[in-house]
Amino acid sequence: MSSKQSSRRRFMKTSAALAGLGAGISMPVNAQIPRPPGYPPRRADEYYDYGIRSPYVTSKRIGTNGQRGTDPREGKPRDYGFRTPHHELFGTITPSSLHFIINHGYDNPNINPAEHKLMIHGLVERPVTMSLDDLYRLPAVSRVHFIECSGNSNVTGKRFYPGWLRTQPEATVQDTHGLASCSEWTGVLLTTLLEHVGVKKEATWFIAEGAETGHHSKSIPMWKALDDAMVVYAQNGEPLRPEQGFPLRLLTPGFEGVNNVKWLRRIKFTDQPQLSKRETSNYTSERADGTFRWFEFENGTKSVITRPSGQMKLSGPGYHDITGIAYSGRGAITRVEVSTNGGRNWQDAEIQGTVHSKAFTRFRLPWMWKGEETVLMSRSTDDKGDVQPSVAEINQELGLNLSHEWLDAGNPGTSHFNGIQPWRVKRNGEVENALFTV
Amino acid sequence: MHSLLFKRIIVLGLLTLYFSTASSQESPYGDIGYTPTQAEVETLDISIMPDGEGLPPGQGTARQGEPLYQTKCVMCHGPNLEGRRDYRVGRLAGGVGTMRTDKPVKSFGSYNPVVTTLWDYTRRAMPKFEEGSLSNEEVYALSAYILYKNGIIGQDEVMNAQSLPKVEMPNRNGFIPPALEDILDIEARGCRSGRCR
Repeated sequence: MSSKQSSRRRFMKTSAALAGLGAGISMPVNAQIPRPPGYPPRRADEYYDYGIRSPYVTSKRIGTNGQRGTDPREGKPRDYGFRTPHHELFGTITPSSLHFIINHGYDNPNINPAEHKLMIHGLVERPVTMSLDDLYRLPAVSRVHFIECSGNSNVTGKRFYPGWLRTQPEATVQDTHGLASCSEWTGVLLTTLLEHVGVKKEATWFIAEGAETGHHSKSIPMWKALDDAMVVYAQNGEPLRPEQGFPLRLLTPGFEGVNNVKWLRRIKFTDQPQLSKRETSNYTSERADGTFRWFEFENGTKSVITRPSGQMKLSGPGYHDITGIAYSGRGAITRVEVSTNGGRNWQDAEIQGTVHSKAFTRFRLPWMWKGEETVLMSRSTDDKGDVQPSVAEINQELGLNLSHEWLDAGNPGTSHFNGIQPWRVKRNGEVENALFTV
Repeated sequence: MHSLLFKRIIVLGLLTLYFSTASSQESPYGDIGYTPTQAEVETLDISIMPDGEGLPPGQGTARQGEPLYQTKCVMCHGPNLEGRRDYRVGRLAGGVGTMRTDKPVKSFGSYNPVVTTLWDYTRRAMPKFEEGSLSNEEVYALSAYILYKNGIIGQDEVMNAQSLPKVEMPNRNGFIPPALEDILDIEARGCRSGRCR
């Protein structure tokens, strides 16, 4: 006992001394790991064990100010929609720690992966319950895909704060487009699992369900299972984060975010949709005649300039690279055009790196700013031939009149709003949201 | 010559037989995982389908549901089922028949297309923070109360696995396309660039 204590004291001294060298970095002793005689004790270290970012890098997700899923409990977060800071990111992969979060008001369940099970049943020959270790034995695929909430970039009146803020001049690209993120996901294709369970030909739908206390449930067409849906256990090379569904989630590439069921515990094959709460009460879109679209599934093609974007300030006239992200829920991005004069002329932007289907695609355009007030905007095209529409085109298509006046009068906005996003560059270099003003 | 062809046919036939049995009887990956027992499936499978498939035994009326509502639901859903703006909880009742007017009032009763959604979500996700604590009888009684407050059923109408799915919601045809079998074909529905007609 006394020798243990004295050796621990020695460890503490060593670690304290090293901590002093490391300018105040905490290095607690990890006495659990045996070391050969004569070796210094092994230390736990926040930089080396897992790694943390530089204290000078501060980008973070932001919520939507208590306007979603207010929670009356003391000390609980009062906000469940957290947005990706696109203006501070680069390339096409969103860091897992900055991937957007929507939990529908439920806490992340604390799941021990050794105890987690996925049950697959319903219209199958061989119902099965699988552990994570069972899933690891099956052929794995890694694919780059975005997930986007169907509410991302949607416009509304004041009755829904995020949708209203998104229309205001002070909105950042995090406010307007922060409910989309892109990762490399690893897991098992549903086509593999279909072989394993022997799905019956009567199956036309499947229902995916989560293990959180609210047991989110979503019906998805069988054709998605036969195409590219997956159950995934890893994101960007490591196990899923708790807020992304640890230890297992469904991935339905290109489909509305609500389909990508987190904390996945059950898949049931059926011959009809369930019409669960988030297929009826929410995630529908009002039509001009007071009826509602439901089960829209795919997110359309969309692009947004992330630099320069809302609330940034250009240092002065001269050369500025314009860059942004483009994606489509229906395929691969084939073209991005950028206008530097409010839509009068469009130029093809350079597509950077490998283009994946249903994934963020980075574009850039060299730009010489002469110091004039102007509006920057981007327009994407996918390999299905879909072109990102203007607000006017969406209005014509849906029979709406989306504008500040229309929304202020209490008229509904629309879900799946993928209109062209304009950013106004003022003469002093300040950038603001120019939606509905060009 | 003939015998060689015959042998080939036999081998081909056996291979075909093997693969056809393999595809229907066995997984190409063997016995990874285990077969859940009937009891395990019944415990985990909480999906209630629009035709009522999955509804368990039990029953309840609006009269039985009212005191339950006043103790377990009223704090978030309001004394008159009007919801609470500060909790972002919408209406459960009211506005029936207004969805296609100039002043639509959206509530469960006026807006939702099928009644099974109410039963399913109440059992799986209510009451908030005590999810899954309601008995099946309580869920039937609460569902009956909410339907009664919308003027859709009577105060003493018994809701059970047979009667509940027969309740027709006023806005059933307010969703495009209304027929469930028409939802799957998004090309036929005219869905383009992520928006459907």
